[in-house]
Amino acid sequence: MPTFQTTMQRMTSWLFLAAALLFTMMHARAADNMTIEVVGAGASQYPIAIAPFQSEQSLPQALTPVVGDDLTRSGLFKVIGAGDLAPMPFAPEQLNPAALTGRGAQTALIGSVIPAGDSFTVKFWLVDLSNKNVLLAHQLSARVSQSRRVAHQIADMVYQKLTGEPGAFNSRIAYVVKRGKRHELQVADADGYGAQTVLASNQPIMSPKWSPDGGRLAYVSFEEQKPIVYVQDLASGKRWKAAAFKGSNSAPAWSPDGRQLAVVLTKDSGSQIYLVNTDGSNPRRLTNTGDINTEPSFTPDGRSIVFTSDRGGSPQIYRMPVSGGGGERLTFQGAYNASGKVSPDGKSMALITRTGKGFQVAVMDMASRQIQVLTDTGADDSPSFASNGRMILYETGSRGTLAAVSVDGRIKQRLKAQNGDVRQPAWGPLLR
Amino acid sequence: MKKVALSVLMTALLAACSSTPPADPNAGKTTAPVTGSETKPATVDLTQGSDLNKGNNPLTDPNNILSQRRVYFDFDSFVVKSDYQALLAAHAKYLLANKDAKLIVQGNTDDRGTAEYNLALGQKRAEATKKVLLSLGVPESQLESVSFGEEKPLEPGQTEEAWSRNRNANLVYKGESAQ
Repeated sequence: MPTFQTTMQRMTSWLFLAAALLFTMMHARAADNMTIEVVGAGASQYPIAIAPFQSEQSLPQALTPVVGDDLTRSGLFKVIGAGDLAPMPFAPEQLNPAALTGRGAQTALIGSVIPAGDSFTVKFWLVDLSNKNVLLAHQLSARVSQSRRVAHQIADMVYQKLTGEPGAFNSRIAYVVKRGKRHELQVADADGYGAQTVLASNQPIMSPKWSPDGGRLAYVSFEEQKPIVYVQDLASGKRWKAAAFKGSNSAPAWSPDGRQLAVVLTKDSGSQIYLVNTDGSNPRRLTNTGDINTEPSFTPDGRSIVFTSDRGGSPQIYRMPVSGGGGERLTFQGAYNASGKVSPDGKSMALITRTGKGFQVAVMDMASRQIQVLTDTGADDSPSFASNGRMILYETGSRGTLAAVSVDGRIKQRLKAQNGDVRQPAWGPLLR
Repeated sequence: MKKVALSVLMTALLAACSSTPPADPNAGKTTAPVTGSETKPATVDLTQGSDLNKGNNPLTDPNNILSQRRVYFDFDSFVVKSDYQALLAAHAKYLLANKDAKLIVQGNTDDRGTAEYNLALGQKRAEATKKVLLSLGVPESQLESVSFGEEKPLEPGQTEEAWSRNRNANLVYKGESAQ
């Protein structure tokens, strides 16, 4: 589909319908208060017909509605209903392309579910309707309780086949919800389902960061009346202090191999960046310049750390080797640049830059150093790339809400929550 | 740093969020295995603890200068103004008379800018305040400077007045619970 590939924006954008459901689950009676704004979409969209899979109603969650929702929210697909076809095609040889091309579809997703007790197998095909070529034929097996996860995997495969880039539907997000004095660290699927509170506290929680394998979160908790960095294993709830030195311990960042954390400690002088092992052992100081060095973030190759420092008189983003020392200034445009996060492909960096509107999410091209503001909001914070690098999830507003923006700024999504601040989001890795 | 498993704190909601077993790897022929990553996370609940606020004592007596705990800062400033000399001198005297007392200086900022950078800004305010106490002879061992950044604003608003209230260092004695 060359026309689409040349004209489409290549990014996903899910999340927020989802987040509404997340809040529905947490606050069944508050669902009416949620509004989702989606601004922008691909200039053109892949028109895909999705036929209900045979026997998918036997699952706790039918698969194709989830696949359709994922693709629709990405802004890159136009999902065309095929639920009224008779007979319903469940395999390529049963497909009558004319019935679907007449509705504007160029491809069709069809399949069938084979239940097997508390497990199931799904077979599915993506078919090019112009020539009946099978673009994708696949089979997955899982427990029925994993229906949603399987659907997200199917959506990721369709996304990759048609856009040529990996999807990120099968991933999770973490964020902090504050309602009155109560602070909750929550984890949800990237489409907002299945929200779980993994930590509840009467003191602030900050800076959740996913381990590269998605199994742990590092975060800052003030439960002892000061910031201490913890690591928590999500499955067991087991948690431990990864940095609890005298003074403040903050801003954890995982190394790409998951074996070390960069943290900010004040035990010596000023706020300085250290590396620690994830069990908190062996702290090694990396910075020596300036009063403030914070917001460390590893580059994807694991060789460098970008961070924010006041060493030049205003907050700017620097890069230093993971062995520490030195630091090359990366940002020169404007008087406040912070929260640098290098994209998964290493070619750009998300950041927060101060503009006439306040603090906004921007991307900087690592080669040209040009900064492009992506949002039209004014109190943005905590930018976090999706695993495929297409979208940036962030917090916005003085009363925190979550939003996402495509890396070219064309697709913007925003969740408005009436109840409580939702802050400091972090987008996790693709689940396997 | 030693591992601390706070199992006591986790019990409250564990029952409601028990793990789901991972997928059976033998469940049918699979071309791309779906593994057990759906395991539901457990919940740790810290909200049930009790406050440690103490009864009547000079630190909380509203007629005693020791009950004053906030040192306010100008915009983008880390200079402790002379207005706070008497307040800090009183706390220094208390600390020198009560060698077991430990003071935590908590820095705070307004909410403009990023939360992690603001945590470091608040630390600068806490350290400036701590330096005054050190200069008054309080031993380092009785002092700790930490930061809450923008996380605990006194005033939630987005006005110059609220912001100026939120730029402060808060003096909290160990064993007290902060605001």
